[in-house]
Amino acid sequence: MIQVENLHKAFGEIRAVEGVSFSARDGEITGLLGPNGAGKTTTLRMLYTLMRPDAGRVLVDGIDAAVDPLAVRRRLGVLPDARGLYKRLSARENIDYFARLQGVPAAESTRRREALIEVLEMRDFADRRAEGYSQGQRVKTAIARALIHDPRNVLLDEPTNGLDVMATRRMRSFLRDLRAEGRCVLFSSHIMQEVAQLCDRIVIIARGRVVADESPQALRLQTGEVNLEEAFVKIIGSGEGLAA
Amino acid sequence: MNIPLVVLLKEVRENLRDKRTLINALLTGPLIGPLMFVMIMNVVISRQLDQAEAPLELPVIGASNAPNLLEALRQQGFAPQPPVADPIAAVRSRDAAAVLRIPADFASSWQKGDPAQVEVYYDSSRRDLLQPVNRLKTMLERYSRVNGAMRLVARGLSPALASPVVVGERDQSTPQSRAGALFSILPYFFVLTVFIGGMYLAIDLTPGERERQSLEPLFANPVPRFKLLLGKIGAICVFSVSSLLICVTAFTVAGHFIPTARLGMDLALGPAFALEVLVLMLPLVLLLAALQTLVAAFSRSYREAQTYLGILMLVPALPSVLLSVMPVKTAAWMYAVPLLGQQVGITELLMGGAVTAAQLATCLLCGFGVAALMLAVTARVYGSERLAISA
Repeated sequence: MIQVENLHKAFGEIRAVEGVSFSARDGEITGLLGPNGAGKTTTLRMLYTLMRPDAGRVLVDGIDAAVDPLAVRRRLGVLPDARGLYKRLSARENIDYFARLQGVPAAESTRRREALIEVLEMRDFADRRAEGYSQGQRVKTAIARALIHDPRNVLLDEPTNGLDVMATRRMRSFLRDLRAEGRCVLFSSHIMQEVAQLCDRIVIIARGRVVADESPQALRLQTGEVNLEEAFVKIIGSGEGLAA
Repeated sequence: MNIPLVVLLKEVRENLRDKRTLINALLTGPLIGPLMFVMIMNVVISRQLDQAEAPLELPVIGASNAPNLLEALRQQGFAPQPPVADPIAAVRSRDAAAVLRIPADFASSWQKGDPAQVEVYYDSSRRDLLQPVNRLKTMLERYSRVNGAMRLVARGLSPALASPVVVGERDQSTPQSRAGALFSILPYFFVLTVFIGGMYLAIDLTPGERERQSLEPLFANPVPRFKLLLGKIGAICVFSVSSLLICVTAFTVAGHFIPTARLGMDLALGPAFALEVLVLMLPLVLLLAALQTLVAAFSRSYREAQTYLGILMLVPALPSVLLSVMPVKTAAWMYAVPLLGQQVGITELLMGGAVTAAQLATCLLCGFGVAALMLAVTARVYGSERLAISA
């Protein structure tokens, strides 16, 4: 369960996030949708405590991120926008490193690592050095290491970025599996169809503000558009109208 | 498991797989110093020895004017060469280190008992050519003194009358101290080795990780950043200490290939010296690792870090250069200044002296104190928000 209350963040003159609030519930997939530069990545970075908000509050499973950032990070599995691997280590070694940093006991870490390698279909390259991995292999490894500690809450920043069609489909089904396990899944995207297909709840961000926070059906009803993409354009357009 | 140790082991393991880091940290870095040293010292020493032992070959103009003088010089190791047309031009163009000219009236002055003049052409600004000049002058003076004494004896006077004061030279240098003066550049090689040994890791572990976009996921782990920093600095220290060990060992071996004995010198490059150097250098290992990480953390990219650290590499040379240009008496406070303390300490050891327990304690305490301070500053920078952001 992730609750975000009235987050603000500015970089000098640029106000990247201005009052973002939403919640992402367990057993649901919540999509953070917005055009490039809307403040999605900054919002997520405040969630996993890489950045401190200028104002507002982040609660993960009821824990205030400003009070106990380590406990919050322990409850989060994060696939950040930056997903670089250690190129001179294999996928297994990459995952093991994060398992140790998370403090996962050795036996459990091995069991979970092998399970993730199985589910993410990583067996073919798991012992090869990450040097020559394809984009898809890199993302899989980054997800596996983010989930090695079995987190209740999963944050993914544009998880399908750069993936081909097949890899994107597998990624979507993997996110549904995470939801089925009762986890709270929050991911950001700027791709309408993806959000529409996957999400139980859509939070639309534009210009650092939340302009809609609804289920896909409610969004269609609210805008009177059958097509979600039209709804999206309409909402963001009206959002900009409000801001002006 | 202990977090800094987890980070340290991973960084060491990863960098052991990198050929470039390995070659720089464990091969070129530590070995270039001893190799250069052996080569330079061999050239310098054999040149000096050759100049001192070889026959002194200089052109002589008007040799026939003073056959007795020439014969006496020959007995002292002088080998007269054919005359040159223009002695001034010959000296200016470095064709000859010096030219001896004996005027036509030498014999007549000699017969009359007047001072008979000989001329030595040379250029005192050519410092490297002064040795043959001085040898020639010494030979001429000796000839003059011997003949003066004989003239006094011929007149029934004691030659001692002509030298009311005699200087007795009491040189207090020992074979070791003469060697030490020559080798005062050596401590810089040790510092340089530590610097190069850790440099590639320092760049790789912060700006490198940021550039490869792995710093942000790393920081998403539930681990305080200073523990990650400690692990990374530990890994840098592992490499720089290994580099130092190789370098010190290489110098111990290299000592055998420097013909110091031929100069009447003695280099104290034994195992005891190696051990003491290691202990003296320990605070510097930590200090440099923290400093390199700090500078690297401020750099926006891998290349920028390389540039900054390249410039920073010159800083440790300062004490060595300063002390060799203007040698000062070693004072107790010098041991309290990192870099300077190592410089004077290692020089002292080289010259066969000892570093006292108090001096060692000062060096270690102050060194580790400054290193801890540097570490604290680096930890602060490491805690900053913008450190992790890749783009």
